[in-house]
Amino acid sequence: MNDSHYCPHTPEEIQEMLSAIGVASVEELFSPIPSELRAKTFNLPPGLSEFETFDKMKSIAADNGGGMSAFVGGGFYDHIIPAAVDHLSGRAEFYTAYTPYQPECSQGTLQALFEYQTAICRLTGMGVSNASLYDGGTACAEAAMMALRITGRNKIIVDGCVNPFSRQVLKTYLYNLDVEVVEIAPLDGLLNREELAGMLDESVAAVLVQNPNFFGCVDDFTALAQQVHALDALLIASVYPISLGLLATPGEMGVDITVGDGQSLGNPLSFGGPSFGFIAAKKAHIRNMPGRIIGETVDKQGRRGFVLTLQAREQHIKRHKATSNICSNQGLCALRGLIFLSAIGRQGLVDMARMNRDKAEYAKSQLVSIPGVTVLQSAATFNEFTIFLPKPADGVVAELLKKDIIAGVPLGQYYQGSENCLVVTVTEKRSRKEIDRLVRELEVAVCN
Amino acid sequence: MAEMYFTKEHEWIKVTGATGKVGISEHAAHELGDITFVELPKVGKTVKQFDVLAAIESVKAASDIFAPLSGKVLAVNEDLDTTPETVNESAEEKAWMVELEISDSAELKNLMTQDQYNEFLKTL
Repeated sequence: MNDSHYCPHTPEEIQEMLSAIGVASVEELFSPIPSELRAKTFNLPPGLSEFETFDKMKSIAADNGGGMSAFVGGGFYDHIIPAAVDHLSGRAEFYTAYTPYQPECSQGTLQALFEYQTAICRLTGMGVSNASLYDGGTACAEAAMMALRITGRNKIIVDGCVNPFSRQVLKTYLYNLDVEVVEIAPLDGLLNREELAGMLDESVAAVLVQNPNFFGCVDDFTALAQQVHALDALLIASVYPISLGLLATPGEMGVDITVGDGQSLGNPLSFGGPSFGFIAAKKAHIRNMPGRIIGETVDKQGRRGFVLTLQAREQHIKRHKATSNICSNQGLCALRGLIFLSAIGRQGLVDMARMNRDKAEYAKSQLVSIPGVTVLQSAATFNEFTIFLPKPADGVVAELLKKDIIAGVPLGQYYQGSENCLVVTVTEKRSRKEIDRLVRELEVAVCN
Repeated sequence: MAEMYFTKEHEWIKVTGATGKVGISEHAAHELGDITFVELPKVGKTVKQFDVLAAIESVKAASDIFAPLSGKVLAVNEDLDTTPETVNESAEEKAWMVELEISDSAELKNLMTQDQYNEFLKTL
């Protein structure tokens, strides 16, 4: 029973301990547990020693594609992570702590989350942020629920250019509520404003858009915000935080609720997670925010301190009328987001965003020089753009995978009739050499 | 002279002709403790008798406030947005929350008079 040496005791020592407590065998020790509740098998291979396990995990990790050139985005992005992020977030005070159940005893965690909220507000230009949500998709859904509460209406209009996964999460969240979710099909990779205008009336709680959208297109929603506000409805925008180093903030556009996925802020790709979602709103809506909010206060000796504030919104007080059933947050991932933003700084974010845009523009100019390849030209783009190939994109992506290049996200699986479309992403991490190799190999794949 | 009526949920309504101002009783305000926020409805909203009309948060709890009578919200006491503590200081005078246009005064029979309410409190 002790083949792998995780347990220091010999069979004799174990027997000695068993007789000390008056049972004959390990089996007898566990006998009070009904046999039908005991696992018959764990369906696992034979045990390995610690060394052997380490080797096995290393070989599995080697399949993660570490040596690949990734030009894939669609919501999750391969950005640099300053060493300070791993180092500081790995400190045991942060790393081992779960959500503070006795919050005021966790001043360090509360302060970090308070600073996180400040960073998100500055980044998005919004008035108030919560202490984070699970991910970008649930943040979209929570924002929609917020709009339903604020307006007392029951219709959400969703731009079809919003990330398909976020739209799916939103629909799942709202499925059993008396809410109508209407989607508008994209027009040339942009919001179909004419169709939207025909749908906007006083039954609409909110319109959900994304910037840059799933096609990579950058849009200005200032006029849309005014149009929506004229009907006392709200505008929700999902944004890519790194792009805000270069683009107008949702706050500047007049957006009411801003959401997004925080993965790009200091969190690795890790096969899809974990990540965090952020949500920030105009200050007037603070009481309708979901999740936890950290507030600054003073103790009775006048010293600065932090508390969980406005808890009456939350489920442990308001029960089924709580603003959300999310009370927890993604504390560690949000902390990484905060450390990332603090480490690169305001100018660093601007420089990083520019580098993304410039590298993507270079890649775009090279890719369109391939015969038969064109680019979607309806709007400016940030670090992601849509190209049209002369053949189905999923086959081309499969070809390039053999060359250790992940060429992008084929759109056909998300939008009917877009089988030849590929969304290519170029972050600051991709070198000119890698971009040139992508162009070369893509040319080979489409011309064959 | 306005007539004051009470519900078993400790709301009051002061009826003046076809309208009435609504608040919570001193007893309720005392039980809730320090009031931190009153969530008021939108002007123009219509409610049925005993529907949720508003909500109130104190340091101890969050509670719904129910409409004593059916009607339409004519006005709300916006002073409570900035000074919710008025509810503790003057629950049955200054801290009115909503002014209703009463749609069916026959519903008054479902409410208690001041004397009946005082008797009711003794049973709690």
